[in-house]
Amino acid sequence: MAELTIDIAGLKFKNPVMTASGTFGYGTEFDDFIDVNSLGGFVVKGTTFKPRQGNAYPRMAETPSGMLNAVGLQNGGVKYFVDHIYPRLLKYNTRIFVNVSGSTVEEYVSCSEQINELDHISGIELNISCPNVKEGGMAFGTSCPAAEAVVSAVRKVYDKTLMVKLSPNVTDISEIAKAVESSGADCISLINTILAMAIHAESRKPVLSTITGGLSGPAIKPIALRMVWQVYNSVKVPVIGMGGIMNATDAIEFFLAGASVIQVGTANFIDPMVTPQIIEGINDYLERHNFKSIHDIIGNLQL
Amino acid sequence: MKKSVQNLTVISNKQLNRDHVLLELKSDIPLEGIVPGQFANILVDHSTHVFLRRPFSIYRVDYKCNSISILIKQVGEGTKCLSKCQTGDHLSVIFPLGKGYSLPEKNSRLLLVGGGVGVAPLMLLADILKQEAHQVEILLGARSSDDLIELDIYAKFGNVHTTTEDGSHGIRGYVTDHPLFGSDLISFDKVYCCGPDPMMKAVARLARQNRVSCEVSLENTMACGYGVCLCCVTDTTEGHRCVCTEGPVFDIKQLKWQN
Repeated sequence: MAELTIDIAGLKFKNPVMTASGTFGYGTEFDDFIDVNSLGGFVVKGTTFKPRQGNAYPRMAETPSGMLNAVGLQNGGVKYFVDHIYPRLLKYNTRIFVNVSGSTVEEYVSCSEQINELDHISGIELNISCPNVKEGGMAFGTSCPAAEAVVSAVRKVYDKTLMVKLSPNVTDISEIAKAVESSGADCISLINTILAMAIHAESRKPVLSTITGGLSGPAIKPIALRMVWQVYNSVKVPVIGMGGIMNATDAIEFFLAGASVIQVGTANFIDPMVTPQIIEGINDYLERHNFKSIHDIIGNLQL
Repeated sequence: MKKSVQNLTVISNKQLNRDHVLLELKSDIPLEGIVPGQFANILVDHSTHVFLRRPFSIYRVDYKCNSISILIKQVGEGTKCLSKCQTGDHLSVIFPLGKGYSLPEKNSRLLLVGGGVGVAPLMLLADILKQEAHQVEILLGARSSDDLIELDIYAKFGNVHTTTEDGSHGIRGYVTDHPLFGSDLISFDKVYCCGPDPMMKAVARLARQNRVSCEVSLENTMACGYGVCLCCVTDTTEGHRCVCTEGPVFDIKQLKWQN
């Protein structure tokens, strides 16, 4: 066995494979399929200060090598999470992050304050990149001043690991990454979905109720790799890479581009048992190439 | 039975008419207690245009042979590809998924209404209702007689009635034009329905007007099938609910269908 454990911002992960917010429910949905504790960690779905009904149906469009979604952060709100979901997470022995989103800085802060009280939650993934809500979300992740404002405000009230999830819908991702790092982020995850659109030719209508949505899946992997590489070369904090990872080879590519940990997202929809296979495949790769540890391949791109 | 990802073997592929096939898939794990209305999410292939799994109602279960059958109408690339499966092929199938129809109290008089490929979950339901000795009337609607499938098998489980839009079989018109939806409707304890949305809404409206309880099976597009993508929601009295986990079968009282 190669060494798969890794420390991120002082947190030890049993392996570098997490699952992405919005693709793994609250973990319990996968109990029939896998041993959730075999993961390095998971990110529970987007949580906001107030409950949100999310967008109208249809919320999904299948596209070549991917899909669009426009869920719109449907969730019961942070109080519901604390009272009803959190107790169900206590059985897990892995790193659990809560993805936090909001429409205003105050909402991000209020939500984060309540998550701060939960001992079994290792960290927050601050979502400044959701493309599917009218206010907030991605707006915070597409300008440096807005990103700085929300990250530094949450940093003041949140003591544990603060991961900030970046939007790819920007001209220069390294500028946003630097702004987020200087505002107190412990690590940076990317990429969220890419703003996109699908049209039904026969009816001449958009497929999604919201007209535009977020593209995920293998279609976005080359863009994600490029952005992970750019951010890895711009900041000192660890990078958590994601975007279209379907198998161990895809994961390895992200480590080589500079990711210390990866998140598996859309692949969970197609194969709910894919993550243990990815962990095994990463180990096989390391052994085959005579690497002793996952650390040996992070950013080890041969130029 | 607990949901799982299984590698099922195709043991037969029967062409039923020009665009419908019936796939029989054998499992290595003993099947048990599959509820009518539950569904299976099938991986088609890894081509760029068929990225997600395709959900299908479980049409029949053969516990002796340890197999399930899936009725497939060739509509798009995914269903066309699946309909070409040959005996001995393997398919990755996640099943059984969702909540099926709730079974009635003893000695009930029941009306099963299906339209188009929506007849699929009613076959298994009719089979189980017959075993429990209920009085079952089965009303199947289609565009034309060519689209009515396996009527002889439905006939083993209840009295079969048909409507066709072109009048080529049974009563001309929609299912709701059938006399069963006339004054006789109040004699039923429950209506079970599956088909196109406009048909189910029309059936639900008549059931509600006649105060007959009614369950419908919805078919919203979904990515996962087990309640994590939150894409297949329908508007219920309790807000947005996933069709894949809270359904696909809903009591019409739960749905915000007006009139």
